[in-house]
Amino acid sequence: MEKNKTFHRKKILVSFVIFLLSFTGLMMRLSYLMVNRSQYYAQQAKELHERERSIKAARGRILDRNGVVLADNKTVCTISVIHSQIRDKEAVIDMLCRELALDEEYVRKRVEKVSAIERIKSNVEKGTGDRIRDHNLPGVKVDEDFKRYYPYGELASKVLGFTGGDNQGIIGLEVTYDSILEGEPGTILTVTDARGIELDAAGESRIEPVDGRDLVISMDMNIQKYATQLAYQAMETKEADSVSIIVMDPRNGEILAMVNVPEFDLNEPFSLQGIETAGMTGQQRQDALNRMWRNGCINDTYEPGSTFKTVTAAAGLEAGVVHTSDTFHCPGYIMVEDRRIRCHKVGGHGSEDFIQATMNSCNPVFVTVGMRLGSDRYYEYFKKFGLLEKTGIDLPGEAATIMHKKENIGMVELATISFGQSFQITPIQLVTTAASFVNGGRRVTPHFALRASAQGKGVQKEFTYPVREDIVSLETSETMKMMLEQVVENGGGKNAIVEGYRVGGKTATSQTLPRGSGRYISSFLGFAPADDPQVMAVAIINNPQGVYYGGQIAAPVVRQLFENILPYLEGTADQK
Amino acid sequence: MDRFRERRRKKAADHYFDYSLLFIVLFLLGFGMIMIYSTSSYEASKDYGDAAYYLKKQAVATALGIAAMIFTANVPYHFWEKFAVPGYLVSAVLICLVLTPLGVKVKGARRWLDFGIGLRLQPAEIAKLCMILFLASMVCRMGKSIRSRKGFFSILLVPLPISIMIWKITDNLSSAIIVFGIAVLMLFVASPDYKKFFLMGIAGAGAAAGIVYIITRLASSDSLDFRGERILAWLDPEAYASGKGFQTLQALYAIGSGGIFGKGLGQSMQKLGFIPEAQNDMIFSIICEELGLFGAIAIILLFLLLIWRFMIVANNAPDLFGALLVVGVMGHIAIQVILNIAVVTNTIPNTGISLPFISYGGSSVMFLLIEIGLVLSVSHSIRFKEV
Repeated sequence: MEKNKTFHRKKILVSFVIFLLSFTGLMMRLSYLMVNRSQYYAQQAKELHERERSIKAARGRILDRNGVVLADNKTVCTISVIHSQIRDKEAVIDMLCRELALDEEYVRKRVEKVSAIERIKSNVEKGTGDRIRDHNLPGVKVDEDFKRYYPYGELASKVLGFTGGDNQGIIGLEVTYDSILEGEPGTILTVTDARGIELDAAGESRIEPVDGRDLVISMDMNIQKYATQLAYQAMETKEADSVSIIVMDPRNGEILAMVNVPEFDLNEPFSLQGIETAGMTGQQRQDALNRMWRNGCINDTYEPGSTFKTVTAAAGLEAGVVHTSDTFHCPGYIMVEDRRIRCHKVGGHGSEDFIQATMNSCNPVFVTVGMRLGSDRYYEYFKKFGLLEKTGIDLPGEAATIMHKKENIGMVELATISFGQSFQITPIQLVTTAASFVNGGRRVTPHFALRASAQGKGVQKEFTYPVREDIVSLETSETMKMMLEQVVENGGGKNAIVEGYRVGGKTATSQTLPRGSGRYISSFLGFAPADDPQVMAVAIINNPQGVYYGGQIAAPVVRQLFENILPYLEGTADQK
Repeated sequence: MDRFRERRRKKAADHYFDYSLLFIVLFLLGFGMIMIYSTSSYEASKDYGDAAYYLKKQAVATALGIAAMIFTANVPYHFWEKFAVPGYLVSAVLICLVLTPLGVKVKGARRWLDFGIGLRLQPAEIAKLCMILFLASMVCRMGKSIRSRKGFFSILLVPLPISIMIWKITDNLSSAIIVFGIAVLMLFVASPDYKKFFLMGIAGAGAAAGIVYIITRLASSDSLDFRGERILAWLDPEAYASGKGFQTLQALYAIGSGGIFGKGLGQSMQKLGFIPEAQNDMIFSIICEELGLFGAIAIILLFLLLIWRFMIVANNAPDLFGALLVVGVMGHIAIQVILNIAVVTNTIPNTGISLPFISYGGSSVMFLLIEIGLVLSVSHSIRFKEV
């Protein structure tokens, strides 16, 4: 047997030294990785392990001018199951069926599905969510979330608007002030294993969301509510298609109420109430929804008719082509070129001065005033009064005025424009323009938003709106107030008289296109007190059945409104 | 009674027994099982509903291995000399059996033999043991002729068939390298020459560098095979993060996020499925993540201590056969530890090598313990007067 020789021992030692050197090298490599590169790899690993989940920010509320909450958030729950965490499958299915009133088959399918997380039901009331959580069954997850909630349902639906699933405004003020209301979503960082299952033990780190700011608007919930009531009443008694009412403070453009009945339920904005939806295509359905959501005061134009005589009067007075004492003769018609334009009073008004002509809403007189101005000058005033521009109201989708081109305005066109026909404006345009005639000649910007404030942090932003001065002279403005008060006191607007208050106004009855269809729009524009207007209202009744004269059906609506809100406004003014 | 005790003490005093080596091995086995539980419990409870699934299987293999070790340690090692040639042939046959229905494919690699009684063996593990025995016996029989060129090359050629079979039949390059590495080390110790080994080392390093150079040059063309891409992933694991570099990159995340003191035992994140089968070849990266640089270096030092004990036993072995057996075992364990840690730290290209005594794997731990039994048997035959 061969002996273990010295050179063998030496070689074994050399081998050991080679191994020792290799081990030392590896220890150095490890030290480099675990000290120098530690931060880099730890960061990479962290990114791999963490999942980001966003937390919705609470959307800012919308409050009326007195602090009444018009749009709020409600906590709702989403119920899900996590397959891998379920211990007692049958108990989970049984409990979910009972609490959520769901089909067993539906629940079983979801509970038994092998997936990371399976949603059972969303938009569950918080009370139900809490009860499900109290059952304490492993694998059942209750997530709380915010849902937009409108306490008054239908009230001012087309003004306030609603939001979609991603907390974004879809129509109305919710769109205009989305950036103020929406806030900034936060994030939850959770740690998961390679399959994406969250690890409870690892805990979570949160970046808190920044809640949206509250928006205070000029609307007065009480006035809005009462105006809505009146509008529905008028719509029902007159079997009208729709009724719109705008109530604005003519001094600053703050809108106190804007009603478009039929309104829709803001808490169910996607359900077409009272409309047969079966057999509708997706496109038809969407069109029906869009029609339901339309704000007629802003999105639609109409021929204003006689209320527009205020514009002709103001322009005539400004230009000095007519004075209140000028006398006219109305034979019941006026010839313009070869056309005979008739007055609504078949026999004619006979001899009358300009104030009486306004009270009578006499077409031939206003055609005459229009003629005296001439088409160029009339067009200039049309433009100066701001009728060619949008009012700039803080609601989306304001429609522009539909007007003849300046070069196309012949005598006939000029005549019809003079009493408010052959062009179209929006109701809000009419109110804004009329306001400038009675507030001393200032064209205000109609608006809703007054202030934005973070909850509990006071006012952060006051909204300001442009005002254009010198639309008409103070003198013209005084004359206009006087004449329009006469319309109510002694003229066609008698039905708008409110005892104890001085009311001014103008009626209108316009036939819709095409002429002869028998469809009318009755309207009344009123303001009070007549000597110092603090509130202006317009009521527009679309396609009333039976009597359709504005003075007879629209004026009473404004009267009833004023009867209620004038004392109310005095009261709130006193309080302040 | 007194006389009996006297005799026992005398016998014990006459014959050396390397308790430190035994305790290092037992410590590594215990530590290994803790780490197998730590790395596998999460996935095991998800996949099998039993957190201790892998731990239990490993514990059974370890118990069998310890029994085999005790048996081997108590058999004089010369007893095994006559099994050298049959062992060599048996390992060749077993490797070929992988191709028969007895062979089992796991995760795309046909490396196991299943004998139907829940016993799964990797022939490559048997081959390593048999190669150590065969070479030790062959060198002793050759005597001085090993110093001739013919002797030198015949020792070098003997392991080649087995190596190539392991590589080609079981598609296990790392085991093939280890078998060949063991042979080279045993030859190095048996031969008084240095120059040939030095030249072999230079040639090997040069060839490796050449292959890497060629592969990087070929990288633009798509003609690369499986291993070619592995080398590219080694050079830049982040560029191959979703493919060949995935495992390596995940291991680096684990190692790096361990830092100096680690996250604490059981606190690894990477074992939660990010490193697939973290209890296998990549277990060292989880040790780094949980126990930090300190824990990792402590384990490396333990292996170093083990190898040092091997050296002591080999140097004091009563004959060359015993010494060479120990040198073979030392080579096996040292090469495997070095390659494993080098792979995990991305020091060399990724190839599947388990960490002795710690990685999950029944065949591996059983045959390693038999090898330890051999070493203990050699240590047992050392007489104090000779030390």
